[in-house]
Amino acid sequence: MLSFIIRRVAYAIVMVILVAFTTFVLIELPPGDYLTQKLEQLRARGDRSAENRIEEYRARYGLDKPFMWRFSNWAVHFLQGDFGDSFEFERPVRELLGERFAFTVILALATLILTWAIGIPLGVYSATHQYTVADQIISVVSFIGLGIPGFLLALLVLYFAIVTLGMEATGLFSAEFVNAPWSVPRVVDMIKHLWIPALIAAITGTGGLIRIMRGNLLDTMGQPFVESARARGLKNRTVTWKHAVRIAINPLIVILGSEAFPSIITGSALVSIVLNLPTIGPLFVDSLRKLDMYMAGTCIVLFTILLLVGNLLADLALAWMDPRIRLE
Amino acid sequence: MAKKQKQSEPEVVQKTKVSQSYWSLVWWKFKKSKIAIWGGVILIVFYVSMVLFAEFFASYVKETRTTFTEAPPQKIHFIDQEGKFHLRPFVYAMDKKVDLKIRKRTWVENPEVAFDLYLFTKGDPYKLLGFIPWDRHLFGVNLEKAPDGYFFMVGTDSQGRDYYSLIVYGGRLSLMVGLMGQILTLVLGSVLGVASGFYGGTVDVVVQRMTEYLAAFPDIPLFMALAAAIPKYWPPIMVYFMLTVILAIVRWGGLARQVRGMILSQREREYVLAAKSAGASNNRIMFRHLLPGTMSHVIVIATLSIPGMILAETALSWLGLGLRPPLISWGVLLQEGGSVYAIRFAPWLLWVVPPIIITVMAFNMLGDGLRDALDPYGGR
Repeated sequence: MLSFIIRRVAYAIVMVILVAFTTFVLIELPPGDYLTQKLEQLRARGDRSAENRIEEYRARYGLDKPFMWRFSNWAVHFLQGDFGDSFEFERPVRELLGERFAFTVILALATLILTWAIGIPLGVYSATHQYTVADQIISVVSFIGLGIPGFLLALLVLYFAIVTLGMEATGLFSAEFVNAPWSVPRVVDMIKHLWIPALIAAITGTGGLIRIMRGNLLDTMGQPFVESARARGLKNRTVTWKHAVRIAINPLIVILGSEAFPSIITGSALVSIVLNLPTIGPLFVDSLRKLDMYMAGTCIVLFTILLLVGNLLADLALAWMDPRIRLE
Repeated sequence: MAKKQKQSEPEVVQKTKVSQSYWSLVWWKFKKSKIAIWGGVILIVFYVSMVLFAEFFASYVKETRTTFTEAPPQKIHFIDQEGKFHLRPFVYAMDKKVDLKIRKRTWVENPEVAFDLYLFTKGDPYKLLGFIPWDRHLFGVNLEKAPDGYFFMVGTDSQGRDYYSLIVYGGRLSLMVGLMGQILTLVLGSVLGVASGFYGGTVDVVVQRMTEYLAAFPDIPLFMALAAAIPKYWPPIMVYFMLTVILAIVRWGGLARQVRGMILSQREREYVLAAKSAGASNNRIMFRHLLPGTMSHVIVIATLSIPGMILAETALSWLGLGLRPPLISWGVLLQEGGSVYAIRFAPWLLWVVPPIIITVMAFNMLGDGLRDALDPYGGR
């Protein structure tokens, strides 16, 4: 067990370094960098001292140094918790991410709890009532949820909210509450805005969960141990939840680790852009567009770390939940 | 003698039943799934109308710009101002009007002037399939009878282009990006997967490490980072080409793994040994004997992953990381239509969303049916 963890962690570290390096190469690839873009902007505005200012920036951010120097310098600082500066905001990446981190995690956790709280019971119901009308309705809805990507659904919901309901639907707060201190009306206002991302998550996120839960449970229900539990006279509910679901839920743990956990940061980045939510996702997309390299690099490395940690945790949790699985 | 003949008859009947070919069984089973058939039909209609004959199905040619900017969809009428019923549908002309409340120019119907609508009508000339000169369009106003007529079924965009036509032309690139990207993925994934499973050893280790490395990247961010690396000044068609390559590069790993797994289970089988002892070369064994066996599985994976590619193009272009104007794709159209401003003042620009969703659903429906059908010996 311990050697398994050590091996996986060592492997993950190598992967993270490779990913970070690749990201830097990718951002370096297109000709020009953030500063050449900025220089053009300043020139277009007719700024005479543009060249000087850009040179000053170049020296400050070390952009005049060779690529390898910049990468290793950034990597060393990354380990010390200093993620470099964002060119665009001229502030440390760490601060910028920190501002949005809390809300990003809250939104992701709320989404996760909501989708699982809806998805698993529906999946179980769908499996235990196979071929009933309810099962078919649940199946159709889950197929639609699987098929429609979140950001398109977000656009449609936004259309519905703005055109049909005539309400202000983007952002987290109404204009008058954005900078207001916390108060009861502000919380109410936030909840009024949060129903949209919640609805989108409920439709797109539960589809897959329902399908997997239903399929697994149907497979498990046919197995002898379920039948024997039933033969011993246990209540139907006990058989379903304590015997069948207990086993059928195992593959979902893998999903929790490999999809739900990494999505804490990336999750619904596109939806956040549509709805103008202050999460890390939009920040990342913007940094890619503007070749803001330390920002983009930090985000990708953090995503990768979460993905690898999530996978490892999923494997460990699975081994702990299901004694038939041995780690080697 | 006569008795014997009678006995053998049912045997013959049974034999023809058993010896049905794999593909006819697949087709027989596929036909039973109504949902899958619908998916297939929708896709054929989409691909034929948008990829092959977009010029005919659109009301205008791609370059047409009118003075009607951000005009709402024209209502199709059957009953005129006097309450008289016309069998031929018609639309009213539009007049400019400034809405003082939102300080924006809008368009209102002018019931004085009406344009009749025709099927297979004469419109802008174009070249069908790129070389057949023609001027018929599926529907629209007749330019001979009403030279200054116009018909915008779902409105126009900010440059005064007929949005319905744009959606049809956009479908060409968006639908093709999925198909081309998937073909590239198939080639990359199956060749590397087969080689990895067949040779084992160093080849296997290298391919496996590559797929793991790709899997370590989070999916969407990797797409974005690669797309962001395409130089901005490249000609649009190169950007389009690079985007398909990027889609393939990101996606081949999963396919390669699955093919490898299947090859591993097949390569020790007798027919491979037979081929080997008959003197077949490694390449022949890999691509003539082993690969066809994995094809049914690969087709299902391919069908189910095309929508992901179409959506990736849409999302990337929408974010400004993928295709850019003057190219027209669904993602590029979404750049304008997918903003809060557009939703408020020009909500008809969201008409590009339904075709995207329908395409995605159709591929999923088709793929689901194929998955069941390609295993005709299995239960259910």
